[in-house]
Amino acid sequence: MSPVLQGAITILVGVGGCIGYFYLANLILDKVIFPARRDDAGRNINRANAVRPWLFLVPAILALGLYLVYPVVGSFWRSLFNRGGDEFIGLDNYISLIADEGFRTAFFNNFLWVLVVPAMATFLGLLVAQLTDRLRWGNIAKSLIFMPMAISFVGASLIWKFVYANDADIGIINAIRASAGMDVLDPLQVPFWNNFFLMVILIWIQTGFAMVILSAALRGIPEETVEAAIIDGANPLQVFFRIKVPQIMGTIVVVWTTITILVLKVFDIVYTMTGGNYGTEILPSYMMSYMFRDDGRATAVAFVIMLVVMPVMIWNIVQARKEMH
Amino acid sequence: MADLKLTDVEKTYGGTVRVLHDINLDIAQGELIVFVGPSGCGKSTLLRMIAGLEKITGGELEIDGMVVNDVPPSERGIAMVFQSYALYPHMTVRDNMAFALKIAGKSKAEIDKAVAAAAEKLQLTNFLDRLPKALSGGQRQRVAIGRSIVRDPKVYLFDEPLSNLDAALRVATRLEIAQLKEQMPESTMIYVTHDQVEAMTLASRIVVLAGGGVAQVGSPLELYEKPNSEFVAQFIGSPSMNLLSGEIVGTGEMTTLRLDEGGGTITSNYPSQTSDMGARVHVGIRPEDMLETSSGDFAYHGTVEITEALGEVTLLYFKRSAPENDPVIGKLNGIHKSLRGQDVRMTAEPDKVHVFLNGVSLLYRDGNVFLPGVQPH
Repeated sequence: MSPVLQGAITILVGVGGCIGYFYLANLILDKVIFPARRDDAGRNINRANAVRPWLFLVPAILALGLYLVYPVVGSFWRSLFNRGGDEFIGLDNYISLIADEGFRTAFFNNFLWVLVVPAMATFLGLLVAQLTDRLRWGNIAKSLIFMPMAISFVGASLIWKFVYANDADIGIINAIRASAGMDVLDPLQVPFWNNFFLMVILIWIQTGFAMVILSAALRGIPEETVEAAIIDGANPLQVFFRIKVPQIMGTIVVVWTTITILVLKVFDIVYTMTGGNYGTEILPSYMMSYMFRDDGRATAVAFVIMLVVMPVMIWNIVQARKEMH
Repeated sequence: MADLKLTDVEKTYGGTVRVLHDINLDIAQGELIVFVGPSGCGKSTLLRMIAGLEKITGGELEIDGMVVNDVPPSERGIAMVFQSYALYPHMTVRDNMAFALKIAGKSKAEIDKAVAAAAEKLQLTNFLDRLPKALSGGQRQRVAIGRSIVRDPKVYLFDEPLSNLDAALRVATRLEIAQLKEQMPESTMIYVTHDQVEAMTLASRIVVLAGGGVAQVGSPLELYEKPNSEFVAQFIGSPSMNLLSGEIVGTGEMTTLRLDEGGGTITSNYPSQTSDMGARVHVGIRPEDMLETSSGDFAYHGTVEITEALGEVTLLYFKRSAPENDPVIGKLNGIHKSLRGQDVRMTAEPDKVHVFLNGVSLLYRDGNVFLPGVQPH
């Protein structure tokens, strides 16, 4: 069977199945379970309407349960077992994680990543969006800044390997140092700061994303509110921070959330640039290093990542909801 | 609390597109000036130039005797109310009104006092802690007005403030603005609208803008009773003034005119010169000034094609001999549905008959009348 035909059939079955489910489920509810007939007609209509929302919710609840809740619970369960998965060891995986120096480094580094990358990418994106808004060549600048978005993390890492190259003839950092008469060094081996050199790569990629979304949001601000603020005596900085930014706060939160989630998933950059050496390990790459060797421990790391994301997510969702109401 | 003076004010875009020119206006303190004009006439642009939101490309704008062409908006002593309200959506009513004062670095006590006073004046006291989205359209517009009041500006600028409101609210808010003006007799207000009723009811003087220039400036009734040109005559009043072609057949203190359609003669108390004898003119009569007559002196004679009985008045639409002409309309008091299909003769009192020679009223023939060269509607 040709793939096109397969695709078409899949779509038909999928969409038809959905329509069929809702149609039949409602039909059965109204005609068989609570038929609006005879003495019970009025009561049955009310009962059917009380049940009806569940008909629509059940498929989503099942899908989320299967693909979201079950994996979470399953991972947690697996993390309570040993390396082979045949012996229940309770919280031992977690206890040994906390005891592990490498895990603590990865945890701390990840914390830095979550703190710095979304903040910087959002801030720079907002800055670029505002600065290029009225420029004639603003669109060219924006295209250039957006371009890294199209590069894979591994590709971007390769590009930055050249930037950070431990050779004044290749790496721009060392070229600058050399012209200033300083020694050549490998930026990726500078303790602590090498984390930030890696973050720069993700910021470089994500600024374009933030810029595009925030630029659209800035254009959506009613011009009159800006003019009213100008008449009210606000200077350009006050207009930006007190009129424009609050009006697009919802979008800023969404951008921030999206980048935060991304940061907690990224392991490619660290993997490609340093392989987690020189104190640059982060949780996803730390997890990768245990995967398939010790699944008990790897799922424990995965669970820790989830716990780390949780407060950020909750805070962001609360913020986003506040914006909506 | 100031007077404004516009001298040869001009607005061009890109050095070539001239949207406003030769705008000369003297606005005295305490006046409520209304800019009206057909859409695209530049009335909002002129208001924005006074506000400082648009650059003045020629001429001078003085507020309180000081040229303010290059003074930023916030230092001109103006406040503006926008058509879309332009409230800050993320601030409560209180913060919206306080914003300008906070920016100006006023003390908290001072701000609270000003906000409370404005809120009371506009019956907003109970809404101070709400966000704009929790308010109705009329309340939002009151907040926008309140935001300008707290700044205690010299000049209030209103840019079509009522056009986003529904009909009933528009009438109510119009009255509120009129009352506000009464409470603040010292304030100068400039009000842009395309709604004639707003212009006629609110204005101390109306500025009719059209074709990039000032067609006429005057009190509402002056414009209604003595329009200087056919343009203003047809722009002010609804339905528009009827314009009928005719010829001057008698001159002097009063002018006698013979009309082409129907061949009737009618007298106007517009004076004319002996040399005007035989001149081709347009005779203007407002629909509401048309009277049914059976005498030989009539302005128009025709068949009523449609009647619209509105209760208090009936509109008569006459069939024109040339179909490209606008219909002649008569507005009679009471209900006259039976006139449909009838031959009717219409006349008007001499003081209601306007005479235009080459588009200019005979009353203003010595003045410098600007003819916009555009259609009034």
